[in-house]
Amino acid sequence: MIDKTTNQRAWFLVLPVVVLVAFNALIPLMTVVNYSVQETFGNNVFFFEGVRWFEQILHSERFHASLLRQLTFTGIILLIEVPLGVAIALTMPKKGPWVSVCLVLMALPLLIPWNVVGAMWNIFALPDIGLLGQMINGMGFDYNFTQQPLAAWFTTILMDVWHWTSLVVLLAYAGLSSIPDAYYQAARIDGASAWSVFRYIQLPKMKRVLTIAILLRFMDSFMIYTEPFVLTGGGPGNTTTFLSIDLVKIALGQFDLGPAAAMSLIYFLIILVLSWIFYTLMMRNEEQ
Amino acid sequence: MAIELKKVTKVVGIDTHIHETSIKLEEGHFNILLGTTLSGKTTLLRLMAGLEQPTSGEIWFKGENVTGIPVQKRKVAMVYQQFINYPNFTVYDNIASPLKVVRRSRREIDKRVHQVAELLQITPMLKRMPNELSGGQQQRTALARALIKGSDLVLLDEPLANLDYKLREEFREELPKLFQDSGATIVYATTEPAEALLLSGYTATLHEGSVTQYGPTSSVYRTPKDLLSARVFSDPPINTAAISKRGDSFHYNETVSWKARGRYATLPDGPYTIGFRPHYITLKPNNTASISVKGEVVVTEISGSESVIHMRVGKDTWVSLSHGIHPLKRGDTVELFLQADHCFYFDENEQLI
Repeated sequence: MIDKTTNQRAWFLVLPVVVLVAFNALIPLMTVVNYSVQETFGNNVFFFEGVRWFEQILHSERFHASLLRQLTFTGIILLIEVPLGVAIALTMPKKGPWVSVCLVLMALPLLIPWNVVGAMWNIFALPDIGLLGQMINGMGFDYNFTQQPLAAWFTTILMDVWHWTSLVVLLAYAGLSSIPDAYYQAARIDGASAWSVFRYIQLPKMKRVLTIAILLRFMDSFMIYTEPFVLTGGGPGNTTTFLSIDLVKIALGQFDLGPAAAMSLIYFLIILVLSWIFYTLMMRNEEQ
Repeated sequence: MAIELKKVTKVVGIDTHIHETSIKLEEGHFNILLGTTLSGKTTLLRLMAGLEQPTSGEIWFKGENVTGIPVQKRKVAMVYQQFINYPNFTVYDNIASPLKVVRRSRREIDKRVHQVAELLQITPMLKRMPNELSGGQQQRTALARALIKGSDLVLLDEPLANLDYKLREEFREELPKLFQDSGATIVYATTEPAEALLLSGYTATLHEGSVTQYGPTSSVYRTPKDLLSARVFSDPPINTAAISKRGDSFHYNETVSWKARGRYATLPDGPYTIGFRPHYITLKPNNTASISVKGEVVVTEISGSESVIHMRVGKDTWVSLSHGIHPLKRGDTVELFLQADHCFYFDENEQLI
């Protein structure tokens, strides 16, 4: 046996990280856990409620509706943004002076603060004074996103696609530029069609970055709050009330802290589990 | 004739990648394009493949003008420095891919894949993915893909550059045998003179976008047409010296002189250049025709049983490759023996005399 010198002072080295993580993650999270199992009537008087709030949320039709809306929204924007982003990345120049121009233009939407994006699109899409609203109405469609659920969804999705497709483009473009030119030459020598080059060279080579792009877009869109809040306020009615908007309504609008805390935790777990499933599914093929 | 370039040039923007080049490569042989990086090897290969079109001139393949015919319509195969395989195909499917494109029967494909895999010793890896293979095995897969195509022209662009030393040696021995029976014309680009000598066949020396010489490898090495070809085909670099002829002897630096013999005796008086490979200037005299020269050591590199001595002689810097270990220090004065009958004599235009 080799004598191992133990030095307990090493723990001090970890301490800063522990404190940091405690303050920015653990303590807030535990507060939420605390609220989620208790009932309060103010004055810091708490009663233990067990899993009642969780049961209530899981059986609440309002939660089901928000969750369904959320899943639909995330599904739609993923289906649009990922293929569109890849398509745009494929058409971008590979070298020359236009590369930087394209990259800057692509990055612009990502640099705009979220509430500004919401405000921008709100004004842009207003049916009476907005450029987009006027245009759609001018083409003969009856369009008013403040009153029609379909128009509200259309505008919200359009806004998200405008705001976030760039992220997929940039990631896909990075993946594409890492493919050595020799691959394309080899494909040409083999007589491979453009589709084969995409299917058998570009797509497999982009797999890792696309996995990251999908994960990021999934998590971000699942937590979307600011933009639809500014654009539609969750309306008309509840038609664009996504999970986080609903959560804020319960927590700060109705001040139902217990159910809101329970909902937060369920919400958090859903994202965690879905992200994990996504990641495992997409990485499983890699290992085979 | 397999492939012939007729007055081919390649200009991209303001850069001339290939100056007017005419060359006819030997059919069914190993042809080596030897030159430094950016000497135009890859461009020549791409022109031959049809991946690029020449700015002017014509490319003939098997007695047919193929200029302008796209690469997929020519029967060529190419192997690169990077190990290029389809990343999400198994080794089997990778090797089979050229035959699948031309829709051969499954049984034929299966037979051919196994034959080629056997030849390249990758049969146990057929079910694996390329990224699970070592570099050497990945390159074997790429070679198998080139081989299975049965192309008349196989282009190899520094295929061994990314492999480690041991594997390179293994491949150098194996490669000529691999393609021997295929009857294909092989064009092999490399930066290493030693590789060209080992692979033998025919060699074209390239310098800044021009083919300086083409012929059987050993004869290009032994009788370089001009100083440039000699420079390209020498590692360590060839030594040169400006000399002059007066009467019946050559003079170097006014301190060294030797008698002009044989056909050199009749040369007119005037300035010449000599070139000699590092192993013809040594610390010990090798034969009676040795010329003694004094030099100052700049640096000595000792490898196993040989010493590479860089030294300054007059205003020239020469390299000597001597047997044995000679731990000389910087600034030491040494006496070296140059074998006069192993010198190349070049005229004022740097052409071999």
